[in-house]
Amino acid sequence: MDIKFTLNGNSQSLSTEPDRRVIDLLREDLGLTGIKEGCGTGECGACTVLMDGETRLSCLTLAAQIDGRDITTIEGLQDMEEGIILQKAFEEQGAVQCGYCIPGMEMAALPLLTLHPNAARNDIKIALSGNLCRCTGYVKIVDAVEQAGREIAVKKEGL
Amino acid sequence: MGECPDARLMAGGTDLLVRLRHAGADTKPPLILLSKIPELADIIMANGDLCIGSGASFSAIMAHTLVQDHAPMLAKAVGTIGGPAIRNMGTLGGNIITASPAGDSLSPLYVADAQVVLVSPGGTRKIKISEFINGPGKSDIRKDEILTQIRIPLDDGFQSHCFEKVGLRRSLAIAVASFCGRLRFDEDGTVAEARFAWGSVAPTVARSINAENALTGNRLDTKSIKKSVAEATASLSPINDIRASAHYRRTVAGALLKRFLENPQREKKHV
Repeated sequence: MDIKFTLNGNSQSLSTEPDRRVIDLLREDLGLTGIKEGCGTGECGACTVLMDGETRLSCLTLAAQIDGRDITTIEGLQDMEEGIILQKAFEEQGAVQCGYCIPGMEMAALPLLTLHPNAARNDIKIALSGNLCRCTGYVKIVDAVEQAGREIAVKKEGL
Repeated sequence: MGECPDARLMAGGTDLLVRLRHAGADTKPPLILLSKIPELADIIMANGDLCIGSGASFSAIMAHTLVQDHAPMLAKAVGTIGGPAIRNMGTLGGNIITASPAGDSLSPLYVADAQVVLVSPGGTRKIKISEFINGPGKSDIRKDEILTQIRIPLDDGFQSHCFEKVGLRRSLAIAVASFCGRLRFDEDGTVAEARFAWGSVAPTVARSINAENALTGNRLDTKSIKKSVAEATASLSPINDIRASAHYRRTVAGALLKRFLENPQREKKHV
């Protein structure tokens, strides 16, 4: 099946099996290895990508489903102002230990920060509630998203 | 579907793809993607019913003002499913067809006497959700049918309603027990009508007519509440599994009803 979609701002056309998992398409066929496969069954969030700006699990999404859609992966964050701020906040807060869950964490946080940079701490926790981390205990991850939100809000208000 | 009898219909895929994966690499049926039919995601009012397309995602349902106004317990229930990404993907129709006794969207649909609309080349039929789902993972859907819509009758007279889910954690949790209830009171404070449904404590989501009838015509007092809770726990048939024992589930199911009846938080706004 021929599919066309936007990947991190660039248009992509390729031929693939319609039921190829998007995580395999991204990691194996396109070499975007930032997203990770944790459980493969929708319980860990490590494979989170954005489709049309909303979080989705790429391990439970098929190639045919992204035809005509706009896909953002963790590799796309470096081209977005919010993405750069978010990644820097994770570094500064020491929110990364083994790092396996972090691409999924940042992808889960991005739509919230884009729409509601001033989100309350509890809303951040809800946004991250589908993502498992086995190292950090989550506190520094939530701190990082909170810090990024503050910085994005300041930028948006033009202060 | 007629041309390809082995094909499976896929809505959000959050249950189906996991099941196919567990079934092994040899199990790769052709899939028909319902997400390619945008009309299936519509949420509208028609003929006095709140009509939710089978392809509406849990996120869309939670955020929709018609659902918040007319089926707030459904909005609350679907908000407890999975995590945010799962809610962006999973659909109400998928939750019904999966027919898990732990399907979190189902108890509000049972309590509201919702109907499902099934379309086939031969025509359209409507059937009550409680008659449609007939066992764990089993429903009355026929080979050539598609579940297109869920119709929720607007019952404006209920002053009090609740949905509670008990899981082992707050997100990505399969319910140990869940409960949805609604109560309508007469002006003198007696219960005119009660409807209760539980998830994860029977082979399907279950109402308890005896527990409901124990309250009808009575005030909510220690005696009537005790009777209703006893009827409820007697009528449920939970199992032991990895998440909880049958005894614990039965106890929790009764406690959720008791908690609702002791503080029914009568809301001004109708359901």
